[in-house]
Amino acid sequence: MGNVIGIGAAPKRKEDQRFLTGRGNYVSDIKRPGMTAGVFVRSPHGHAVLRGIDKSAALASPGVIAVLTGDDVADDGLGSLPCGWGITDAKGVPMKEPPFPMLAQDKVRFVGDMVAFVIAETPERANAGAELLKIDYEVLPSVVGVLEAVRPDAPQLFDDVPNNICCDWELGDKAAVESAFKKAAHVAKLSLVNNRLIGNPMEPRAAIAEYEPGTDRFTLWTTSQFPHVVRFLMGALVLNIPQHKLRVVAPDVGGGFGVKQFHYGEEAVITWAAKRVRRPVKWVASRSEGYVSDRHGRDHVTEAELALDETGKFLAFRVNTLANMGGYLSTFGPNIPTNLYGPLLGGVYTTPAIYCNVKVVFTNTVPVDAYRGAGRPEATFVLERIVDVAASEMGIDRVELRRRNMIPKEAYPYQTPVLVQYDSGDPMGCLDGALVAADVKNFGVRKAASASKGKFRGLGYSTYVEACGLAPSRFAGRLGARGGLYESATVRVHPTGQVTVMIGTHNHGQGHETTFAQIVSDKLGVAFENVDIVFGDTDRVQFGMGTYGSRSLVVGGAALSKATDKVIVKGKKIAAHLLEASEADIQFEAGKFSVAGTDRIKTFEEIAGAAYVPHNYPLEVLEPGLEEQAYYDPVNFTYPGGCHIAEVEVDPETGTVTLVNYTAVDDVGTVINPMIVEGQLHGGIVQGVGQALFENAVYDEGSGQLLSGSLMDYCMPRADHLPMMKVATHSTLCTHTPMGVKGCGEVGTIGSPAAVINAVVDALSHLGVTHVDMPATPNRIWRLLQNASLPVAAE
Amino acid sequence: MKPFSYHQPDQIPDAAKLLTSIEDSKLVAGGMTLIPTLKQRLASPPALVDLSKLGSLKGITDDGATITIGAMTPHAVVAASKLVQTKIPGLAELASMIGDPAVRSRGTIGGSVANNDPAADYPAGVLGLGATILTSTREIAADKFFLGLFETALEPGEIITAIRFPVPLRAGYAKFKAPASRYALVGVFVAKFADGVRVAVTGAGPGVFRVPPMEAALSGNFDPSAIAAIKIDNDGLTSDIHAEADYRAHLVTVMAKRAVDVALS
Repeated sequence: MGNVIGIGAAPKRKEDQRFLTGRGNYVSDIKRPGMTAGVFVRSPHGHAVLRGIDKSAALASPGVIAVLTGDDVADDGLGSLPCGWGITDAKGVPMKEPPFPMLAQDKVRFVGDMVAFVIAETPERANAGAELLKIDYEVLPSVVGVLEAVRPDAPQLFDDVPNNICCDWELGDKAAVESAFKKAAHVAKLSLVNNRLIGNPMEPRAAIAEYEPGTDRFTLWTTSQFPHVVRFLMGALVLNIPQHKLRVVAPDVGGGFGVKQFHYGEEAVITWAAKRVRRPVKWVASRSEGYVSDRHGRDHVTEAELALDETGKFLAFRVNTLANMGGYLSTFGPNIPTNLYGPLLGGVYTTPAIYCNVKVVFTNTVPVDAYRGAGRPEATFVLERIVDVAASEMGIDRVELRRRNMIPKEAYPYQTPVLVQYDSGDPMGCLDGALVAADVKNFGVRKAASASKGKFRGLGYSTYVEACGLAPSRFAGRLGARGGLYESATVRVHPTGQVTVMIGTHNHGQGHETTFAQIVSDKLGVAFENVDIVFGDTDRVQFGMGTYGSRSLVVGGAALSKATDKVIVKGKKIAAHLLEASEADIQFEAGKFSVAGTDRIKTFEEIAGAAYVPHNYPLEVLEPGLEEQAYYDPVNFTYPGGCHIAEVEVDPETGTVTLVNYTAVDDVGTVINPMIVEGQLHGGIVQGVGQALFENAVYDEGSGQLLSGSLMDYCMPRADHLPMMKVATHSTLCTHTPMGVKGCGEVGTIGSPAAVINAVVDALSHLGVTHVDMPATPNRIWRLLQNASLPVAAE
Repeated sequence: MKPFSYHQPDQIPDAAKLLTSIEDSKLVAGGMTLIPTLKQRLASPPALVDLSKLGSLKGITDDGATITIGAMTPHAVVAASKLVQTKIPGLAELASMIGDPAVRSRGTIGGSVANNDPAADYPAGVLGLGATILTSTREIAADKFFLGLFETALEPGEIITAIRFPVPLRAGYAKFKAPASRYALVGVFVAKFADGVRVAVTGAGPGVFRVPPMEAALSGNFDPSAIAAIKIDNDGLTSDIHAEADYRAHLVTVMAKRAVDVALS
C-alpha cells in the first residue's frame, strides 16, 4: 500500500510515467477501422471573392473519396461557428456578429481561411487531390493592422460592419476621469503596441470523427481543452446533433495555452464529413498549417494617460485601445480585449477613476482569441509601463511611486472602480520579498561591471495582479457570457476503497492527475497511488467547462473538494450505523472514522466495502454505493499577483538584449504541489519573456500574407535565451475558494513582459529612450540607439 | 511528400550518371534543406540519389599545407576533429555553430556548399579561406564557385567530392545568429595568410561575398581597430522582418571585428 501524499507535498507527476516512456495517447496516435484522411484547402489570399470551385479533377484523382465546400455546408443547412460572448457598446448596442462559416462561402477573409475539405484513402492521396482543386478567386486588397482597418478608405471585410468595427466598447466613469485629469499636477502619456503572438503548443491540432449508423451516434476525438463545450457548441449550434448522440473525446493533449480552447471549424467539418462518407475521417495539422489557422493572441494598439497629483498619487487612468479580432469572431474573441482587459487596469493601485475604450476591429488575419493570460498581460503591460514613464518624468523612484499608490494589505477586500473586487492580497509583501531575492541593493555594482565591458544594464519591475478562476457565472452573464463557467467533479469510491475522479477540466500539461490526486489523498486519507483522475471524455465525465483562465484548480478543484466532502458526510452516516453511534459523534481523520472519545474505528476501506455490500447497512434511510458529485460556481474571480524583477544587459554594438537575472515572488494562494507551481511559473515567465524579446507575428499589409509563418521566422524562446530564474511564493489565502487557492497558470505570462521591457528601457534611459515596443529585437534596439544619436559606447 | 524513386549508388560515376540520366533528380547529401522542402511538397524530384554509401567522400585528411574534408563529412565531425581544431580552429568553430545538434549530425559540408544558401555558414569559411572545391570532374577555386542566391559553378551531373582548405596563419568566424532560424543573420570569416588577409561575409546579402577594403586594412594591421571605421554599402544587402539592410551592414563591421578578435585569441 502506498502513502497519503497530501496538500503541500511535491510528488513526481503521475502522468509523466506515460509521457516520458512514449505511452501517451494523443489524437494522432488513434487509428480507427476504415479510417480515411482529410486535408483542408486553405485560402492563399488575405482577402478575396470566392467565385467558384471546380472539384472535377480532384474528384477524379486516385483515392479521393469526397470534396466538400461551402456550398455543401449551405446545402445541408448547417450553422455558423458560434461566438461564446456577446458584448455591447456603451449604448447597449450588441456587437456586430457576422457569420463564420465552417467552410468559406462567397468570400475568404484571411490566409488560412478554409475553402474545401478533401477526403481520400491516405494523406498523400488527399494532398494530391487537393492540389487539383481549381479555385477561382477575385483577389481584394487586405487590411491587417488595426490602425489601417478603421480608416474610412480601408478594405471592408463585411458589408454590414462599417469601418470594420465589431464593437466600440467602454468601461468606467468617463466624466470622473476627465475631471480628475483637469486637476492633475502631471499627466504621463504612452503609446504602445502589444505584439501579435502565435501559441505554438508542442502538439499541432488534430481530429478524428466517426459515425455509427447502428446507433446514430458520432464520436469526435479532438485536441481540445474543453470537450464538453465542443459537444455543446458543435452539436447544438453548428451540426444539429443531439447532445446524447455526440461523444467528444480529448485524450492526451500536448499543450494548449489557449490555442485549443475554441471550437474550430475543422472539428465541425470532420464530424459532418464522417457521416457523409460513412467512414472515420482523420486530420492532423502540420506546423505550417497551425500558423495560419490556430487562433492568434494579443495584437493591440494603445494610447494611455495617467493623471497624478504633485506627490505622485494616481488620480485617474485613461486607456484607448484598438484590438485586432482577425477575420471572424472566434469562441471567446471579443471577450478577451474587453472584459478580461478593462477590469485589470486598476492593477495593485488605488487609482480612484479609470476609463477604458476598446474598439474591437476586424482585419484580414487569423482570428484572435485567448492566449495564456488573455487580456490580462495586455492590461498589465499598459499599466506597469506607464507607471515607469510617470516615475521617470516626475523624478520619483519607480519602486517608491509604486509603494505610494499600492493597495495596503489591510485594505482588502478592495473594490476597484472597474467592476472587480479583490478579496485578498499583499502586493507590498511581494515587492519587499522580490527586492531582497533580486539583490536589488547591489544592482549598482553589477551595472558598473557591465559598463566596464561596454554593456548597458537595466532593472525592471512589474507589480501586478490578475483575475482568474473563470468565472462566476452570474457576473460573466452580465458581461455577455453565453454559457456558465462553473465546474463539476464526481468522486467514485470503489468497493475496495480506491478512488476514481471524473472531472470536467482538462489536463494538457498542467499536472492535474497529480494535483487533484493529492487533494483526494489529503482529504480522504487514501493512498496517492489509489486515486486516478479521469477527464476529457463526454461519455465518462458528467459535464465540464474545461481548462483555461487558470480555472482548473480554482473552480474544478473546488468542485472536487465539495464532492469529496460529500463522500465524507455519507461515510459518517455509514460509520454511525456500523459503530452504533450517533452520526454527530463520528469523526473522520486520516482515513479513519471513529466515535469521538473512544477507540472504536472503521477504516475508509471498511466503509467503502459496507456501502457496496450492504448487508449490515441502513438501507431504509441511505442508498448503497459511495459516489458523490458536486458542481461549483465561484462567487468571485481569484486575484493572484506578485512582483517580478527582470535584469537585462544590452550590447550597444549589436542591440542584443540578454536577460541576465529574473526574480518572481507571486501570491497564488494555497500551494497544493510546490514543484508543479514552480514549473507553471517558469513556463509562464518564459512565455512572457518570449513576447517581450522574441515573438512577433508579422503580416504583410496589402497582401495579408503571414511573414512569420514558421519556426524559422517566428522566434520561440529557448533555454539558452534564459537565465536560471528565482521563483518564490508569498501567499495570502483566497477568502472564497474552498482551499484558499488562487491559481498559477497564467501569472508568469501576465507579470513578465512589463518587467522585461521596463528593464530594457532602464538600461537605455541615459540615452533618452523612454519606451521600447515588443519584441525588443536587436534590430529594434539598434535603431533606437541610432535615433538617440548619442555615442554608442558605454559610459 | 510526393512519390520519387530512391537510389543509393556506391561509385561516384554511377551517382553522376543517375543525376544526368534522370531529369530533375536531386542529390541527397544530408537532406537538411531538401527533405523539409519535399515534405512541404514544394519540390517533387522524380528521383533522389543518396550519396551516403560513397565512403570515399567521407573523412578529413592532413596534406601538410592544406587539409581536405570529404564532401559527405557531417558538421559535427568537422567540429570535433582534432586535426581541424589544431590547424584551422576557426573552421571547427564555424562547424560547431551550424544549426542544432541534429542538423550537425546529418548535414554535410558538401551539401551545404552545393546548396549555397545565402545565410549558411560554410560558404563564408570556404570563401574566407580561399578553399578549392574538388568535384567529380575538376577543381574550382572558391572565388569562382559561389555565383549568387543558391547558385554555384557546378554543372549538371557534377558532384562535389571534397573541399581543400589552405592552412592559414590565423582565422576566426563570428556569427550573429538569426534569432529563430539560427542561420547567420550576418556571419564573417576572417583568415590571415602570409600573403594577405581574406574577409568573407554570409547572411548579409543574396550570397557570400568578400570585403576588399577590410582585407586591405587587415593585411596592413591585423587588429579589430583597423576595420572599425570601414562601413559597407547597404545597397544590395538583404532586408527582412528580422533585420533591415542598414542594420546588416552595421553588423558586418561588428562581426568582422569580432572575427579578428577570435582569430587573435
